[in-house]
Amino acid sequence: MSSSRITDEQINDLLTKLQAVLPEAHLRSTDRVSAAKVLQDTCNYIRSLHREVDDLSERLSELLANNDINSAQAAIIRSLLR
Amino acid sequence: MLAFRFLRALTLVHRTTPNSSNAARSRRIQRAAFASMAYSAGPRRAWSRALLCRFHFHRARRRCAGRSRTAGVPRRPSTTGSPADGLRRLVPGGTEMDYCSLLEETADYIRCLSKQVKLMQSIVDSVGPGGR
Repeated sequence: MSSSRITDEQINDLLTKLQAVLPEAHLRSTDRVSAAKVLQDTCNYIRSLHREVDDLSERLSELLANNDINSAQAAIIRSLLR
Repeated sequence: MLAFRFLRALTLVHRTTPNSSNAARSRRIQRAAFASMAYSAGPRRAWSRALLCRFHFHRARRRCAGRSRTAGVPRRPSTTGSPADGLRRLVPGGTEMDYCSLLEETADYIRCLSKQVKLMQSIVDSVGPGGR
């Protein structure tokens, strides 16, 4: 099997798809994207998501300490079934 | 599937850490969050495989070694290097991927991470004050 060269078009396509999962994707044009900008925005977004997981873990930890687990489970299941 | 796994993990954390500090419990919850994500994604993705390896490795090591910090959770990278390098350090398994795979895996990782955050937020909202 010969090695296939990755084209700029393929890279740009992947970058566009990546940009589409970032927040406020609908505000951006779908023209040729700047790789550096997309990568930077992506890094910032992942960092903010990691921070959210940290914060939510702390809040969940406090809630578990203060709440009876059965009523917590019931509340969670009710909300998921909505 | 993600919700079920995470809820099960949360219940386990609650049962096994009645006298732990908030910080210790919070670290276990954070690890449970990433573990649920990785198990739900399964072995089809490089990032989830990397996380699953990290968790199994950590569990095996913990039997021998003492307590460790939040193993299995993506580490906070330094801010030097190119944006692609930064991304490689943020995405589990990123340092092993070629550029194209990195871009694809990152998009999937972000989708799963967002779902996990939404799930945790809805749990906090439903259990918290006024959520009953």
